[in-house]
Amino acid sequence: MNASSAVSATDDSSAAMTEDPLLQTLPECTVEIVSDSGEGAQKCGQLFGRVSAGMGNGVWTVEIIPAEIQPPARTPGSASGNRIRIGTDPVTNWGDAANLVVAFNEQVLLARHRLGALAEDAIILIEAKWGDHEDPAIREAWAGAMEEMGQRRYRFVPIPMEDRTFEITDGLPRGKNMFALGVIATIFSRDLDKLGELIAHEFRTKPPEVTELNVALLRAGAEWAAEHIDFRIDVPVEAPSRAMVVMNGNQAIAMGAIAAGMELCAMYPITPATSASHYLSEIFERFGGTVHQAEDEIAAVGVAVGASYAGRVAFTITSGPGLALKTEFLGLSVMTETPLVVVDVQRGGPSTGLPTKVEQSDLLAAIFGQPGDAPHMVLAPATIEECFACMVTARRIAEAFRSLVIVLSDANLATGVQPFPRPDVTTDWIAAPPDLSAVPEGTRPYEWDHDAGVSQRIIPGQPGGMFTATGLSHDERSKVAYSPDVHHRGSAMRSRKLAVFQGTLNPPPIHGDSSGDLLIVGWGSTKGAIEEAVDRARNEGYAVSSVHLRFLNPLEPGLKDIFARFGKVMTVEINYSDDPADPFITEENRRRGQLSWLLRATTLVDVDCWTRIAGEPLRPGQIYEAIRSRLQEGAGS
Amino acid sequence: MIDMGCSLVGCGVEEDHSWSMDDYAGATARWCPGCGDHAVLTAVERLLEAEQLAPERTVFVSGIGCSSRFPHYINTYGFHGLHGRALPVATGVKLRRPDLDVFVVMGDGDCCSIGAGHWIHTTRYNPNLVVLMLDNGVYGLTKNQTSPTSPAGRPSNTQPKGAYLQALNPIASTLGVTNASFVAQTGDWIPEHLYQTIRAAFHHRGFSFVRILQRCPKFTEDLFMNAVRDPNVIELMVHPDGIPTLGIDEIYKHQTPHDPADLDMALTLAQFSDRIRLGLFYRDPTVPVYDELRAEHVQSAEQRVSLLNEELDRYAV
Repeated sequence: MNASSAVSATDDSSAAMTEDPLLQTLPECTVEIVSDSGEGAQKCGQLFGRVSAGMGNGVWTVEIIPAEIQPPARTPGSASGNRIRIGTDPVTNWGDAANLVVAFNEQVLLARHRLGALAEDAIILIEAKWGDHEDPAIREAWAGAMEEMGQRRYRFVPIPMEDRTFEITDGLPRGKNMFALGVIATIFSRDLDKLGELIAHEFRTKPPEVTELNVALLRAGAEWAAEHIDFRIDVPVEAPSRAMVVMNGNQAIAMGAIAAGMELCAMYPITPATSASHYLSEIFERFGGTVHQAEDEIAAVGVAVGASYAGRVAFTITSGPGLALKTEFLGLSVMTETPLVVVDVQRGGPSTGLPTKVEQSDLLAAIFGQPGDAPHMVLAPATIEECFACMVTARRIAEAFRSLVIVLSDANLATGVQPFPRPDVTTDWIAAPPDLSAVPEGTRPYEWDHDAGVSQRIIPGQPGGMFTATGLSHDERSKVAYSPDVHHRGSAMRSRKLAVFQGTLNPPPIHGDSSGDLLIVGWGSTKGAIEEAVDRARNEGYAVSSVHLRFLNPLEPGLKDIFARFGKVMTVEINYSDDPADPFITEENRRRGQLSWLLRATTLVDVDCWTRIAGEPLRPGQIYEAIRSRLQEGAGS
Repeated sequence: MIDMGCSLVGCGVEEDHSWSMDDYAGATARWCPGCGDHAVLTAVERLLEAEQLAPERTVFVSGIGCSSRFPHYINTYGFHGLHGRALPVATGVKLRRPDLDVFVVMGDGDCCSIGAGHWIHTTRYNPNLVVLMLDNGVYGLTKNQTSPTSPAGRPSNTQPKGAYLQALNPIASTLGVTNASFVAQTGDWIPEHLYQTIRAAFHHRGFSFVRILQRCPKFTEDLFMNAVRDPNVIELMVHPDGIPTLGIDEIYKHQTPHDPADLDMALTLAQFSDRIRLGLFYRDPTVPVYDELRAEHVQSAEQRVSLLNEELDRYAV
């Protein structure tokens, strides 16, 4: 897509225009707003995304987050902001490159340039004051950045963000983000009244003057752009057929937890999971729920296990390092068959890794990370909508099977904002209140059903049901038993639950034809980018299809049959795999993408992988190239 | 106060039933002969009977170690979990089921070493729990390793030349934590004092921390030998608000009047002593109780759906 091809070539956009601006109608457009950390580009981008969703556009937003709260200003490491991809149709991923950028300084822009985040012909609205700044060091930095970016055909449009903002704020260095929002509102003809409402909501806890000032800045930006920007972009809207809501994946998880009837979220602060508990802390008590901020990750899962043991539905939310700390309790949940939902919002690892960035490297740890044999369910939402729905599913599975369910979200879903059909919430989703009726005499706490591995859950308060749940090997009466038969039988029953659960699942739907040259297999947040790439390749005649797995343990059934219908099978994942072309790498020592390892072990099919671990969501263009090169390899051999 | 009634199905207490000691008997205890844990079990069973606690509404949560086998030996609900992690589990139970009486049984390694973080923070949360820390000064179940409360110089399998460090002082440590609300010490070999202390802990609203000096006949037989044989080694803290000493004050002549409302004196008494001090160091009934602080009225499913729809309205486009 070429956003600037219809734009007039004048660079003197600061001069008042005499002609009508040029209008370009596009099926989609990707916008980035990037500032020093703390200057509010994220808020600006979020509001642009929300108003666009509100006006009926498809939207996907991704946060650009520095690792520190306040890194040094005017450095590439300080780049903070938002990418907003809007379209006529639903948008499922962040796309390839930005077509329009608002940059608060040239250094944060440089960071995006270096990451290849900007389209060759991107239009860049940039704060006007740096190029001829009084400080020679700043002028020099500006010149250096411009030289580095000089190879590209970017079109720079200076905007007097700070000067105009100061006129309104009496010299306070706040509110440039709202001026910038006004500028892009004019370019995309966004509804200023609606934006005003969103701003009022954003500052609802502050004095009314704060909203008034921010709206004044918004209008100032819009008016300035109306007078000085010589192009407009129209991404047409189709009237949605049903009611929609817009939120990010962490909010969707929090709401889904409530819709599932969960009553307790025990957590410890960790990026990028924490925003879900921020949101829950704001609203949960109205529903009768509790957010317990525990003293550490281990205590957080322990409190959830305790509440669940006592018959209340509880979950804990964390990220990779926290999941590692919770490991022993996860095994205990499996051994005592205490229902438990654990949400892992994955980030870059190992160790502290890339705390604010997306990665899919916890899959094998989530499935196999508990010492001892600890069978449990693992599922992964692929969209924001599924972040909501998966909590209801996870709660139901956990309670029906008295099992541990790990939900693998990631930083892309956590902070990504996308409109989706409004869930039709029903009381059926909400967990039934604890049953405290008397337990019939002779009932044993682990009365394992031979055909399902499941036993009836007994909770404290039920007369006649007294037993001690224990992490030690135990028999049906929960009596500690070390005999080989008892331990084997307990293990078999806990394992059987997975087999029985898998029997309730359908084979995954295939995106594209049900046979062909190449099948892409993905999981989690990459669905939108994979399917966009597959569609592009299919339009060019490639015989490629994809399947996207939601259930990772146990795996969805029928995979071996599906794989057999394709010449090649390849996973696409955001985790590390060795490059097969690397001279150190052989067929035997190659470390593979985590799903590909799992699929190879399960199906004995030679499942290849293509993975990237760049700390950012996959771009559909990268996946498209990977598809092409795999198919061309095949053609050459 | 919390109202859980609306969402508890089939919840009804049998008013005319009377519970006897036998009703509380669980599996036969498999602690070593002479182990102090047996005495604690008896004292607890006596309390349950005296208070007529319904077995189904009573929960014992434990960690890992000799003393943590406790829930198996008593006929109530029990949760025998992870080493050091009894307190978070108990907090979780109490947080959403304040209708249950929850007891926690831990050892010294459990509480003061691997679970030390939870010990400090749960003291500060102050949930309504009775916490029995059975302190025998050694890791027994793993066979004689130095624990945080092992006396300096005492040899073990991990420190054969004797413990390098001074023992940690669990009483002074607990008293130093913000919101400490009940801190007491007793010994397994004085049944009446043991019982009265656990009873006072049960009647305190909040985190009732009881350190029970407990004999291990296998590994630390010498640790409390003098205290058992010679009443002069013991000093009772006495006060009308303290632990009743009727029946034992003839035996234990060394007595210190101590008002358990006096935190400064409690800290002094906990830290400076040539005798083993038993009794109530500190009690503050006014400290907010976490499960009451965080009590929420659970809305009906219909109400929750309606509230969630209101919330979804905020995100409607």
